[in-house]
Amino acid sequence: MSGAALSELERIKANSRFLRGTLVESLADPVTGAISEDDNKLLKFHGSYQQDDRDLREERRKQKLEPAYQFMVRARLAGGVLSPAQWLSFDHIARTWANQTLRITTRQTFQLHGILKRDLKRSIAAMNHALVSTIAACGDVNRNVVASANPVETPAHRLAYRWAERLSDHLKPKTRAYHEIWLDEKLVAGGEEESEPLYGATYLPRKFKIGIAVPPTNDADVFAQDLGLIAIIEHGELLGFNVAVGGGMGASHGDASTYPRLGSMIGFVEPEQLLRTAEAVIEVQRDHGDRVERKHARLKYTIDRMGISAFKAKLEQRLGFALQPSRPYHFDHNGDRYGWTEGDDGRWHLTLQIESGRLADAPDAPHLSGLRAIAEVHQGDFRLTCNQNLIIANVPAAQRERIDALVAEYKLDGYRRLSGIRRHAVACVALPTCGLAMAESERYLPQLLPKLEALLEQHGLRDEPILLRLSGCPNGCSRPYLGEIALIGRAIGRYDLRLGADFAGRRLNRVVRENIDEGEILAELDKLFARYAAERNEHERFGDFLVRSGALPAARHAIDAEVFA
Amino acid sequence: MTAATLSPLPEEKQPLVARLIDGLEAPALLWLSGYLAGVAGQRLPVGKHAPAEPAAAPEAQTRLTVLYGSQTGNAKRLAEDLGRRASAAGLAVRVVRADAYATRELKQERLLYVVISTQGDAEPPDDSRALVEFLASARAPKLEALRYAVLGLGDSSYPSFCAIGRQLDERLAALGAQRLLTAGEADVDLETVAQPWLEQALQQAREQLKTSAPLAKVTTLRTARTGPVWHREQPFQAPLLLNQRITGRDSDRDVRHLEFSLDGSGLHYAPGDALSIWPTQSPILVDAILNTLKLDGDTAVRVGNDEHALRTWLATHRELTQLTRPFFAAHAERSGDAQLRALLAPAARDSLADVFSRWQVLDLLRRHPAEWTAETLVAALRPLAPRLYSIASAQSVVGDEVHLTVSHVDYALDGESRWGAASRYLARHAEGDNVPVFIEANERFHLPADDRDILMIGAGTGVAPYRAFVQERAERSASGRNWLVFGNPHFHSDFLYQVEWQQALKNGQLHRIDLAFSRDQAEKLYVQHRLIEQGRRVYEWLESGAHLYVCGDANRMAKDVHKALVAIVAEHGARSSEDAEAWLSQLIQQGRYARDVY
Repeated sequence: MSGAALSELERIKANSRFLRGTLVESLADPVTGAISEDDNKLLKFHGSYQQDDRDLREERRKQKLEPAYQFMVRARLAGGVLSPAQWLSFDHIARTWANQTLRITTRQTFQLHGILKRDLKRSIAAMNHALVSTIAACGDVNRNVVASANPVETPAHRLAYRWAERLSDHLKPKTRAYHEIWLDEKLVAGGEEESEPLYGATYLPRKFKIGIAVPPTNDADVFAQDLGLIAIIEHGELLGFNVAVGGGMGASHGDASTYPRLGSMIGFVEPEQLLRTAEAVIEVQRDHGDRVERKHARLKYTIDRMGISAFKAKLEQRLGFALQPSRPYHFDHNGDRYGWTEGDDGRWHLTLQIESGRLADAPDAPHLSGLRAIAEVHQGDFRLTCNQNLIIANVPAAQRERIDALVAEYKLDGYRRLSGIRRHAVACVALPTCGLAMAESERYLPQLLPKLEALLEQHGLRDEPILLRLSGCPNGCSRPYLGEIALIGRAIGRYDLRLGADFAGRRLNRVVRENIDEGEILAELDKLFARYAAERNEHERFGDFLVRSGALPAARHAIDAEVFA
Repeated sequence: MTAATLSPLPEEKQPLVARLIDGLEAPALLWLSGYLAGVAGQRLPVGKHAPAEPAAAPEAQTRLTVLYGSQTGNAKRLAEDLGRRASAAGLAVRVVRADAYATRELKQERLLYVVISTQGDAEPPDDSRALVEFLASARAPKLEALRYAVLGLGDSSYPSFCAIGRQLDERLAALGAQRLLTAGEADVDLETVAQPWLEQALQQAREQLKTSAPLAKVTTLRTARTGPVWHREQPFQAPLLLNQRITGRDSDRDVRHLEFSLDGSGLHYAPGDALSIWPTQSPILVDAILNTLKLDGDTAVRVGNDEHALRTWLATHRELTQLTRPFFAAHAERSGDAQLRALLAPAARDSLADVFSRWQVLDLLRRHPAEWTAETLVAALRPLAPRLYSIASAQSVVGDEVHLTVSHVDYALDGESRWGAASRYLARHAEGDNVPVFIEANERFHLPADDRDILMIGAGTGVAPYRAFVQERAERSASGRNWLVFGNPHFHSDFLYQVEWQQALKNGQLHRIDLAFSRDQAEKLYVQHRLIEQGRRVYEWLESGAHLYVCGDANRMAKDVHKALVAIVAEHGARSSEDAEAWLSQLIQQGRYARDVY
């Protein structure tokens, strides 16, 4: 790599004065609803993307108007936890400055879409006022730390969540740029020179994701993370974490040098070693990651380039101690458990299904209003899940009835009647706001699901749980490579069909058909559903069946989560 | 007309002239007479005429002075027409724009005609402010030796129709001058009143100056101009090339960018000029009027020499979307409706203005029914007038095209759409359709020398001429700076030509832009507020010779901008308000503060 020119983004970061760039000037420019291209790159580190309404692009071009520029703002909510007061703030921001919706992401946080440039600063300030930051929700840094969404079942669950919070805080960028730009914090004259002890002035080569799973639930899809942590609990005590490194979903169509990869398990650390271990993994990636070709900059490529044992050696050298061998664990599934569950302390948790994580007020489904009504009376907290669902958590037994009544009143009780595939469907945002989307995803899901349900019904499979993941592009926000069935957008109305992941996030799927339309997708699935219905073993999952029966082509890359130590 | 009346001509030419004029309508004949007068002017051995030259007293005794005050060019055209005809009749005449006229010469004048328009509700045209002020003031001299006549131009959809013409007419009489003719009051269909008035005025001039009009003293107005090939009476059928909405879908305004082809027309225009459109009324509206009055659209109606079916009269010859006072009065008379009569009282002026702003002819007919016959209706309705739009393109850049920026007037009344005649006509046309057009020059709104800075202030479609300005100045690599101040309701949907302005800024063709989007924040913010914010800079630009342009709404925007400018000049120039006003008046007279407002 030495000698090759650094990527453009490296220059932008280096010249940004710790993420300031010319953001202030860009925000103030009245002639455009956009910000400058360079500032665009820096804005991500502050938790926002510039987007435009792609439905309007061509129309506005003819109107001699610039694209309908708008901003997506993503919060930083470690472990996906927020209080009712914070919920009400998000609700207010969504209805006042965004597009009247809240979007639960697959990284357990809220995204707000459609915020205009002139409202961006007050939206971010309002979030901070509710004690929610957006810093490092995007960008080449450690992003929102995700954790099993129900960390209240036992004291060990609670501890796992605390570690997510501590990692999130510990790995936050230290620049004051965020406070200056969004919160009007004045520069302290003659103060200490600013520095980023962990990241340095150019931050990481690429985004970095950490997730914590508490077995037997892998709802955090721990093998899809750059750094995946599996809580090892014995007799209700948190002993430490198995460490998996180098997971990542993104790939590019037609470029075999890019691929999804599951994390490699390299050992076990005790809780007090966790922060330093995470730091050291980040340091190795910071110093050895590819800063020339962004497509190859994620940790997974760094590891594959140097070899997992060399990576582990470098890591241990920095740590000054050896990782312990990884401990046994077991994952049942990577989905959510809908309905009420009771915690160890007698409080109750209600998991609701939210299609694609989109909370809006549809005429027959006033979900946004419903959750506002719930937030106004709720005494516990809310938890967003990595599967885009929502938990109304820590409800005293006496309040269950009231919550149930509101859930029914606002038509949030769909979880009671879901088909097996609908319970396990995840879709990324895609069109019209996502700049990367090649095909519809979130808007396609409601059209696709009834067709799939009809097929499954025909084969007597209506209630069979099957993981469905839709993605508008190969970058993988919906973790499509871990779907038993996955559609990955190629063009409007055309997708790659991938099949054969397992039900717990330990095996990647593989391409079955490329670039096909809905008719072909349904025909292909019809055939396989028929075989599954006829030939499956008892309790055998759809993905497992496809692998066992030899219905799938060979995989192009390693597809199973591996244990290295 | 027979050949006998052409006796000055050589005998062999007489049949040619007879053939030439055979079958021509009055407007063509009038044009021809002007043309021939121009040719005559070229061939006569007289010195060049300078409009503003101080008049020698003896000359003034025997000369007609035609003063004009013009905003859109109509008064100028009529004044020049009168000058040509007087000159052709062998009279000594000069035609002078009001702001080029030295008021001290008034005392020497013996015969003065004034052709002047009224802007909006009782405003003089910009070139006449000083003259109107001077005459109204105590400094105006006694004018007992003067004989005069005034032709006022106006728009009867305003209650103070032709107020300026009337005011001058009364004032000249009060100063002791002798009125030769009743003041003419020409409406938007100006020829109807103007041509007979000009004819009489010419007749009077002949009589007044007959003793002293030897041929050798003829002064022609200017060298012959063959005039545009296509004009008001003979518009060019321009193919529509593009009809594109340029406001975003969430805008409550439907603003269109229209491109026409002038290919083969030989028409030329300069940035700042206007394109006139002859609209056809919406068939829906024509039918609604026919149904309301229970009249048959096929009834033949004759007015003067013209006969058409009633439907045709309404569609292409009569004003339907604007109420006028004469029609309102006629309808009030017919209906016997006391409420309508009450609105015609002087004290009800504001209420009537309000009615005019909301109602169209159809609304009056429906709400206060009265009997009309086809003939009386056609006779009472105002003849249709062409609509002027500031041109939004520079010919140096777009070649044989001409671009317009048109707001489609479309609002609901009684659950039905009400439209602007021309904007509706344009909006419903598709690419490939032909539209009758002609060019109206607007010399007071032209660009200055290339090295001058320009400050362009416009709201809404008032931005149109600035697109032409910036195109032209970029094409010429003009060294002067261009500053645009633009306002409209919403940034997101109403930033007209946003992408082009962004490009111009990037290319250094636009040097500064200030934007006022009135509805994007709690408090309403307009262009005048941006001017005040930038007051020091505005004043510096003006001080260093910048030309200032204002285009758009006359009723509010232009007035508010003017007030802001007075405040700016007062503050940053350390002047009293009165001195600031005077300073700006001077700019207007120097042609450095031009308005194209409607």
